[in-house]
Amino acid sequence: MNSRETLQRTETMLLNLGPSHPSTHGVLRVLLELDGELILRADPDIGYLHRGIEKMCEYRTYHRCMPLMNRLDYLAGEVNLFGFCLAMEKLLGIEVPKRAQYVRVMLAELTRIASHLFWLGTHGHDLGAMTPLFYAFREREKIMDLCEMVSGARMFPLYFRIGGLAADLPEGFIQAAWDFVKTFPEKHKDYHALLTKNQIWIERTKGVGVMSPEEVLDWGWSGPMARGSGVNWDLRRDNPYSSYEEFDFVVPLGKNGDTYDRYLVRMEEMLQANRIVRQALEKLADTEPGDIKAKDPRVSLPKKDAVYNDIAGLINHFKIIQEGIVPPKGEVYQCIEAPKGEMGFYIVSDGTPQPFRLKIRGPSFINLSAMDKLARGRLLADAIALIGTMDIVLADVDR
Amino acid sequence: MMNQLPILIILTFVKIMLVLVVFLTCIAYTVLMERKVLGFIQLRLGPNRVGPWGLLQPLADAIKLLFKEEFTPPGVNKVLFVLAPIITAVPAFLPLAAIPFASQILPDTLTIYGYKVDLAAAGLNQGVIADINVGLLYVFAMGSLSVYGAVLGGWASNNKYSLLGGLRLSAQMISYEMTLGLSVIGVLMLSGSLSLVKIVEAQKSMWFIFYQPLGFLLFLTAAFAECARTPFDLIECENELVAGYQTEYSSMKYGVFMMGEYGHILVASALATTLFLGGWQGPVLPPIVWFMGKTFALVFFFIWVRGTFPRFRFDQLMKLGWKVMLPLCLVNILFTGVIIQFLQR
Amino acid sequence: MSKAAELLQEKFPEEVVEVTEFRGETTITVKPGRIVDICKTLRDTPETSFKYLSMVAGLDYLPQSPRFGVVYNLYSHRNHNRVTLKTLLADDNSPAIDSVVPVWSTANWHEREAYDMMGIRFKGHPDLRRILMPADWVGHPQRKDYPLRGK
Repeated sequence: MNSRETLQRTETMLLNLGPSHPSTHGVLRVLLELDGELILRADPDIGYLHRGIEKMCEYRTYHRCMPLMNRLDYLAGEVNLFGFCLAMEKLLGIEVPKRAQYVRVMLAELTRIASHLFWLGTHGHDLGAMTPLFYAFREREKIMDLCEMVSGARMFPLYFRIGGLAADLPEGFIQAAWDFVKTFPEKHKDYHALLTKNQIWIERTKGVGVMSPEEVLDWGWSGPMARGSGVNWDLRRDNPYSSYEEFDFVVPLGKNGDTYDRYLVRMEEMLQANRIVRQALEKLADTEPGDIKAKDPRVSLPKKDAVYNDIAGLINHFKIIQEGIVPPKGEVYQCIEAPKGEMGFYIVSDGTPQPFRLKIRGPSFINLSAMDKLARGRLLADAIALIGTMDIVLADVDR
Repeated sequence: MMNQLPILIILTFVKIMLVLVVFLTCIAYTVLMERKVLGFIQLRLGPNRVGPWGLLQPLADAIKLLFKEEFTPPGVNKVLFVLAPIITAVPAFLPLAAIPFASQILPDTLTIYGYKVDLAAAGLNQGVIADINVGLLYVFAMGSLSVYGAVLGGWASNNKYSLLGGLRLSAQMISYEMTLGLSVIGVLMLSGSLSLVKIVEAQKSMWFIFYQPLGFLLFLTAAFAECARTPFDLIECENELVAGYQTEYSSMKYGVFMMGEYGHILVASALATTLFLGGWQGPVLPPIVWFMGKTFALVFFFIWVRGTFPRFRFDQLMKLGWKVMLPLCLVNILFTGVIIQFLQR
Repeated sequence: MSKAAELLQEKFPEEVVEVTEFRGETTITVKPGRIVDICKTLRDTPETSFKYLSMVAGLDYLPQSPRFGVVYNLYSHRNHNRVTLKTLLADDNSPAIDSVVPVWSTANWHEREAYDMMGIRFKGHPDLRRILMPADWVGHPQRKDYPLRGK
């Protein structure tokens, strides 16, 4: 190599973005190959939060799997549980009372708002706007309070049960939920005021991470990520579960499939979720309090009266507690519209109280897999915007 | 006359020290002000544990920084690594020498122990340390020196994030120094002098912001970029580069960087006050209050913007600098020149 | 019987092993040999148009032989229905199947995960590395003979 060639030789730089970095939303590590600030290759390296939940579930009864489900997408704990319970109910072939269905819908939608609020705050912060985070947390805090009212826990509420709910709504919950529902649309205007028309925000997000509808299907994107590209698909509407068909809501769609459109879609989804909560509260008024568990002896504990005075009741109680819930042999796939996309549970049962195989389809995992495709040829700052718009939760990616 | 020299030197020294102490205190309280104002914007309280309303917080911060471990990571260029914070901070203080903060603070002559000291001879009675006739050039020259500290720090840290931060900084500074320099040409055309005192005196009847609104806007924007503040804080944005060129710095070295940074903000605000807002001039209140009030109003504006705006991307920043702001500066100069010519006829 | 099952029985009569319905879900068990063709057919035929791959999961039926299986869950945005494809892999010691990444890009990470967790090799996969476990990990954690904790 002569001296001139030595002088002209250029080298790319490998940058280790993460696993501890301010904007990797957990423990994501992205190996970036950079030419200056231009990204030549982005290789997400995941697994830092892999806890082997799928494996652990194979050694637990179905009931004891449930606390693990909360730890998937921990920003929407209730929603994961929702999906798992629905899958179990499908496997068992049981119908949940209407009241329980409405309560589930209500809490799932509240959690959707909370999850989107968290996304709004962190996404804004990733792009340098630090104030939306605090405004978003103001409302999220109220939703956390509601979760705490029903279950005693804020991040990991264990309120749903296979076949219904753990208990009926506590006193004062309906009022508190109404307070939230009525005030939220006003507060929602604050978020729009902070970012939506800001020229810098528009410049940073428009045209970044563009996906065409065909690419969205090819890459398996779901939820707001798919709808941002104009894919008209919402599991709540197209494959309704838990009485979603009774609710009236609009599925917002984007046009360009870029970060800005996904931002608008999620913003509108919050308002629509708020509408669903409002309808659920109205519908709840017509249901009978206390009717929250399916009348199926395989999943519901008998009344205390029957346990103490009746041998059949005692045996039933004993079997559920000691042995657990025993579904029939078979396999089901049930998915729900989680805040981040399609959250699916594939349960293979061999007729024992433990799942033979439990596969969790986490939306964050799939959304993140398109990172390399989107980041190539963009600038370093865009990679941060992409991580933000994907709305990943590493606990959901790594499971 | 000869025997006055030692007294004049001592008095000058005292004056410099006084200004420096006041300036350092201002830096400390700018940090507190930033945290308080940001807290107010963001529905938080801000620091409120140390002293009443958190007023002693800067002291606590300083003590904390002093007692932190002074960590030098392996593989760094030690000399440059230590030198970089100093190179950043010192030039941030130096422009202060030429910025006038009041008209006249002492009488022309002073009698000390029977000696009659002629203060006017050394300019000691003026509200400025040194009224040099190329004041503005001096301020700009000093201001751009501090870039080297950050660039060197970024390079010496042996960290890729720091390096990227340093690189971004050098490109950003080159682009925006042009705008900064050109945006004040209009003011110079109006005042006809580079001396900052003269510029302030020229604004006796009307502040230059009313003659030069575009110039003021361009100057302020460029100042934001020069101080690397949101929305131009690309060199240290935590979401991309962890902390940019400061990533590997800890303890008081980090503290000195911070002092330089906030010193920069204060100097930029003071300069904007001097050039466009009539400096110390104002009715009723003493000049120093007017000067400080205007400066801190601008500092508040700096903080307000930080609480509101997202951050630019690097290429957008460069585009804004070269394709929008630079042409606007030239247009501003052209118009100012045409109007001055027109009025003189 | 669902459209997908009818289509496969018509086009690949010797590949379809079994069609089961459980809780309203159709599971089609097929032989692993022509999985890519089967997937392409399901994707490109207008009546089925399964353009979306929801998930790929590896299965380990340890005492049984064939031991390993792969499950594909497909979704059609046109008909809003699902179908589950299931294959059982012949070789118990080094299970392998053709990769469906050419059909759906999203299969990339799913298959990497199945490889990581179950040790199933996907032939023709562009980048078959471990994804969740460290690169130098020994063993495949979700196999049934892999202990839950310790050794």
